Amino acid sequence: MTITQQILTIAAVVLGTVVTRFLPFIIFPADKPRPKYVKFLGRVLPSAALGMLVVYCLKNVNVFAGTHGIPETLSILAVCILHFWKRSMFLSIAGGTGIYILLINFVF
Amino acid sequence: MNKKSEVRKAFKAALPHTIPIFAGFLFLGIAYGIYMKLAGFSAIYPILMSMTIFAGSMEFVAADLLLGAFNPVGAFVLTLMVNARHLFYGISMLDKYKDVGKKKWYLIFGMCDETFSINCTAQIPVGVDKGWFYFFVTLLNYLYWVLGASVGGIFGSFINIKIEGIDFIMTALIVVIFLEQCLKEKDHTSAVIGIGATILCRIIFGADNFIIPSMIMILGVLTLFRNQLQRRVEE
Repeated sequence: MTITQQILTIAAVVLGTVVTRFLPFIIFPADKPRPKYVKFLGRVLPSAALGMLVVYCLKNVNVFAGTHGIPETLSILAVCILHFWKRSMFLSIAGGTGIYILLINFVF
Repeated sequence: MNKKSEVRKAFKAALPHTIPIFAGFLFLGIAYGIYMKLAGFSAIYPILMSMTIFAGSMEFVAADLLLGAFNPVGAFVLTLMVNARHLFYGISMLDKYKDVGKKKWYLIFGMCDETFSINCTAQIPVGVDKGWFYFFVTLLNYLYWVLGASVGGIFGSFINIKIEGIDFIMTALIVVIFLEQCLKEKDHTSAVIGIGATILCRIIFGADNFIIPSMIMILGVLTLFRNQLQRRVEE
């Protein structure tokens, strides 16, 4: 690829990303009343989107091969326990990640 | 309260929320910079691409696109597919990003997975300007990523710190944010639908093609149960 072609390729990726981020805000501008259905989605989608994101983070886990997702399961369990116990975001994240690093480096 | 102290207050409130991202993005950004270096690109590529694209997984894909045949339309369509999940984020943030002035456009531009998660769920302390809070979360996360990619691109060949598993920090962060969201709401139907539909689609469509089917399924199921959900959410 020439430099120009590279710039055009990157520009296409930038444009694609910008479209996915801006589209909802352009279709439903803040100063116009929104359809009821979109308002409904605005209220229920955050939980579903975050749930989807949790699975997306784990998309490369294979239950049938490698470590069978055991380190991930144990570490997420640790995150949940820590979080329900102390409800400190930092402790839950640091603790869960620490356990994951230990598990995949020394146990599995 | 004058403008300056208002901005400073929002910065102080936003900063702690971004600390886990600082650690995660620095490592991931460095990994991306090194990846680009190994693929034969000079440091300017990861620096400019992290600044302009600002969508982690798509930047790795873009590196492969640059190494292949020239096909900008294909690159555009692929990007739409990989990043389609942003549409859900946008619909979720329509209300929150209202009335924040010109900052709104930057908030939307910088809405990566992590920034969306924080801004969507964070309880902004009373007296803190929400627009500036959202702005600093977005800006700080953006800077962490660009910093990581730049460091990786420039010093990639000298860096030999590799901590296997550190990238789990992002998963842990998202899990915690998801838990917080569940603790905040009384009805968990939507959360369960999000997790369930996505797992199902991951099994059916495989690791590379499951996000768009998941989104369609989530929309379908939510729409199907709209009446019940609406009643429960309003209670």
